[in-house]
Amino acid sequence: MTLTPVITAHWDRPDLYTLAGYRAVGGYTALAKALQQEPDAIITTVKETGLRGRGGAGFPTGLKWSFVPQNDGKPHYLVVNADESEPGACKDIPIMMATPHTLVEGVIISSYAIRANHAFIYIRGEVPQAVRRVAAAVREAEQAGLLGDNVLGSGFNLRVTIHSGAGAYICGEETALLDSLEGRRGQPRLKPPFPAVAGLYASPTVVNNVETICNIPFIVNNGVEWFRKFGTEKSPGFKVFAISGHVNRPGIYEAPLGVTMRELLDYAGGMRDGRPVKFWLPGGSSVPMLTAEHLDLPLTYEEMAAAGTMLGTGTPMLFDDTVSVVRAVTRWLEFYKHESCGKCTPCREGTYWITGVLERFEHGHGSEAEIDTLVDLCDQIGGRSFCALGDAAATPYPAALKYFRNEFEAGTNQAAELEFAPAASYLFSEATAR
Amino acid sequence: MTLAPETSDLISVEIDGVEMNVPKGTLIIRAAELIGTEVPRFCDHPLLSPVAACRMCLVEIEGNPKPQPACAIELTPGMKVRTQRSSEVAEKAQQGVMEFLLANHPLDCPVCDKGGECPLQNQAMSAGRAESRFDIPKRTFDKPVPINSEILLDRERCVSCARCTRFADQIAGDPKLELLERGAKQQVGVANDEPFDSYFSGNTIQICPVGALTSSSYRFRSRPFDLVSTPTTCEHCASGCSLRTDARRGEVTRRLAWHDSDVNEDWNCDKGRFAFTYLSQDRITSPMIRENGELRVASWPEALDVAARGLRSAQGSTAVLTGGRITMEDAYAYAKFARVVLGTDDIDFRARRSSSEEAAFLRSSIAGDCGPTYADLDKAPVVLLVAFEPEDESPIVLLRLRAASLRRGLRVVALSPIASRGLEKIRGEWAAIAPGADANALHALAQGGGDVPNGASIAQALRQPGAVILVGERIADVSGGPSAVAALAAATGARIGWVPRRAGERGALEAGALSGLLPGGRPLDDANARAQVAQVWGVDVADLPISAGREAAAVVSSAAAGGLGALVVGGLEPRDAAQPAAMRRALDNAGFVVSLETRRTEVTDHADVVLPVAVVTEKSGTFIDWEGRRRPFARVFGDALMMSDGRVLAMLAEAMDSSIGRGDVKSLRTELDSFGPWTGARSAVPSDSAAVVQTGGPHLVTWRLLLDEAAMQEGEPNLAGTRRRTVAVVSAATAASLGVAAGQQVTVTGPAGSVSVPVDIGSIVDNAVWLPSNAADCAIASLGVAPGQPVRVSGGAA
Repeated sequence: MTLTPVITAHWDRPDLYTLAGYRAVGGYTALAKALQQEPDAIITTVKETGLRGRGGAGFPTGLKWSFVPQNDGKPHYLVVNADESEPGACKDIPIMMATPHTLVEGVIISSYAIRANHAFIYIRGEVPQAVRRVAAAVREAEQAGLLGDNVLGSGFNLRVTIHSGAGAYICGEETALLDSLEGRRGQPRLKPPFPAVAGLYASPTVVNNVETICNIPFIVNNGVEWFRKFGTEKSPGFKVFAISGHVNRPGIYEAPLGVTMRELLDYAGGMRDGRPVKFWLPGGSSVPMLTAEHLDLPLTYEEMAAAGTMLGTGTPMLFDDTVSVVRAVTRWLEFYKHESCGKCTPCREGTYWITGVLERFEHGHGSEAEIDTLVDLCDQIGGRSFCALGDAAATPYPAALKYFRNEFEAGTNQAAELEFAPAASYLFSEATAR
Repeated sequence: MTLAPETSDLISVEIDGVEMNVPKGTLIIRAAELIGTEVPRFCDHPLLSPVAACRMCLVEIEGNPKPQPACAIELTPGMKVRTQRSSEVAEKAQQGVMEFLLANHPLDCPVCDKGGECPLQNQAMSAGRAESRFDIPKRTFDKPVPINSEILLDRERCVSCARCTRFADQIAGDPKLELLERGAKQQVGVANDEPFDSYFSGNTIQICPVGALTSSSYRFRSRPFDLVSTPTTCEHCASGCSLRTDARRGEVTRRLAWHDSDVNEDWNCDKGRFAFTYLSQDRITSPMIRENGELRVASWPEALDVAARGLRSAQGSTAVLTGGRITMEDAYAYAKFARVVLGTDDIDFRARRSSSEEAAFLRSSIAGDCGPTYADLDKAPVVLLVAFEPEDESPIVLLRLRAASLRRGLRVVALSPIASRGLEKIRGEWAAIAPGADANALHALAQGGGDVPNGASIAQALRQPGAVILVGERIADVSGGPSAVAALAAATGARIGWVPRRAGERGALEAGALSGLLPGGRPLDDANARAQVAQVWGVDVADLPISAGREAAAVVSSAAAGGLGALVVGGLEPRDAAQPAAMRRALDNAGFVVSLETRRTEVTDHADVVLPVAVVTEKSGTFIDWEGRRRPFARVFGDALMMSDGRVLAMLAEAMDSSIGRGDVKSLRTELDSFGPWTGARSAVPSDSAAVVQTGGPHLVTWRLLLDEAAMQEGEPNLAGTRRRTVAVVSAATAASLGVAAGQQVTVTGPAGSVSVPVDIGSIVDNAVWLPSNAADCAIASLGVAPGQPVRVSGGAA
């Protein structure tokens, strides 16, 4: 399958981040087109494309939009989730850096569709350069009359507010993000009510991922048929894959959904030193790992689910045979322990506990019985916790155990570093330098 | 709130195979309770909004792949739920959560205050596994840390249920307790410079489902199973809270709010919870008589004999003054003793600031009347607060108003020179008036609004059915005020709720411990009323006083001038009197003083005979709360030797060859009940004209804070630690005209003295200064000026 640069089409243009540069490649033509249509027509179009959320859960975007009650007398809000913090995920931030106006244009069209007059872009606080770049784009758009009162003379008003997060992974969870945006401590909210009914300031709110929103201008310009030419029936469209790990050319590769990992790996120049793929994750640390035998599976929502994992953010991480699975899983759990918001018991206590036990395995002090205890503990977290962060924390270990039980068994008497010297897996290591 | 909404809309559901019909909107956890299934829970509380944080109450819902929290999910028609009783998934999920909860818990039950009454301990037994697999080092915190002077926090024991933080935010309206940090480091905490200074903070100790929040005073003092518990009523104010008093070895160890959905729901204030050390301080345990100027211990027969002779020789020139803290039964005994034994109608329960107009208002509009109730506040279209600050003067009224305001936007309007913190919590509306201008404003409202801010709208709202006027006892300071309240009620149809500060005032009123008023709201000047009373009392109607006697102020001035033969005083503090100095002179100059007291006071220091009486824990009795609702309480110490005021008065009556009956609580109550309601005409409603507001310097606005120098808060330093800072409050314009800035010291001077306190800029009308009445170093009585009158305010200390 060939690469299909759409969102990433003009990233070689040094001035793409400016309004002039973006306009030179057809920027904001979709906006003018959208404003000619009824908002509902845009919702219908997006529904018909079958576009699914690119933030990880893959919820149909048009359907989400249609949940917003109309003529309810309340203000509506569009909130863009740009709090990209998932270990391994690095696609939204590059998009915002390379083509912030695609996001802004998408925001304007999406807000128009859901009748929002105020949109918020919640950007991960650790990337101030992205905050600055998007803010600059918003300013430019305002000055050009693309934002603010009476957008392009259509009578539609829109304000866009950029909000910088304060360094909490949980704020990527949409309701925690809303709490954080309202100035509270970011913790997930009880659902129902769902944000579409009572989200930001208890008003109907759509929360969408950056990449999802960036699809919208292209859909408006090119239509449903064009969009559905890419991908599969259940996973239509194209995807910005951000490939990282032990590959020769890590980076952004935009391809239709349904492309295989092996194809993407070829584009990424293969594994370093020609080493074998030991395990890989299709989309961030929150999805269960796969192995080399899964490299030919199409990267779609449905195929990944069938393989017992998820497409997630669509940001594959590949690991070669220098990596200790035990150590990798321990690092991820340390992340979840650190980022657990503390609200619910299973995630708060479970991540603390599992991490403590995994660290034992990493240092060769685990026990046979604990291998099963950990499975049980993950069972006690998954599906029991308040939000998806808990579920995510419960996934790495069972998947790792499924494919690499021997390494955990080894962890009962041998430190991981004896078989897998950490230095060997470092990308910057002299030990692996050619 | 999560109680099943009032609705007749029933839906059919199934829990553990039991089919049932429940109101739409019922939570699974509540419905399960209806069939006797207790789903284990920590964060759930019926009066707090659900958070579903602890995950203890996971149950299986048919068609749902994941177990769901029963505390947060409303039943829908046809829903089939399986709890731990019939679902292995639910049981395993609960056991898993319990194992997690105990993972980082210190398991120090043997040294934990909560041990023995701990939901975590109990549910670990019922819903947990016998052994934990957790064997890595536990997370630790420094402990305990105070979150205010009353409460110590043990963060290791906390299960992050957020009950305390939700209570602070949702119920008390003091969102100063928060969850901080995240993950396993998540902890309850307060801002560094801002302790949890809530009047309701003690409730968090009680609703904490573990031993994380413990009482500084009760800590390590007892195990719950060593305590003897008695249902009681709070004696501190007229809110009427139901309490549970726990005692051990003849001492009260703690008090808890007890559930009463009609009154205090599940809450009480910190004064009611913590202020009980006074019960055992400075107690008088034996009778005393004055000999050669000194009190000496005497036997009961000797003391009664001396008292009887003293009173008899002053017959015809006697009076009875009681404080506002006696029980209904004891007040009735005083009322009967005055009329039957002393043959006088000179009796008044209002040892505080009071007026004749107020007495007339109480006789005509309050006594014998079933006023509005808490439930009526919940339903009212509007509540007008007059001379009443609910947070300080009747805290449960504040909580109920706040709940109704948050739930359905109840409109509360305060007619006041100052917008209090309590008013903010209620989200109330401030109808600003000049100090002392209450009566004019009330008349204006009666006539459609006048120049009262937003007056037309308020006047209109008061005309809606169910409107309530809550008037505090401070209306007595406004001449023409009580009349104006009655006039406004008459003009609008709004009902009047009179909210005195002290727990015994309404009971004393109903018992007839006020001149001109016989038991059950009967006017003394009504022949039928007198006949009914004479019949119950078994006396000749001709022997009852026929015209109204003197009220407290007249009694005091007469005694102070040496014109009173004898005074019987029960439960009264001279410093609370309208004019403390006059009261002291009255005690000095009265011919003979008999004091019925629990402890040494200024009155006993002046008394000729001191007769010891029981405190609330040593007797049973009844308080009547502001609603007119009876709040009976049981005796905590069944073996106490002390006698109630009623018993002592009965013995004294016998020593005077007269009788008021046996005088025990039960017979007094039965006798009072035998009067039945008064159906005759009530005495006339007062119609005093509104006072002219005096011109001149800043006018004094003052009331008693909930926590202050009051005698019944003595001996409890932890409670005192949560008092509000003593400040004078003035408006920005007044501060500018005085040349003072916030934080600077000002001196407020009246004819008799002055106080120096720091000043704060607040929401108060111009040319007024607010001061707490009885705070440390701020005794307003010493100024010699009545509230509403001008004072002199100057920058700097005196």
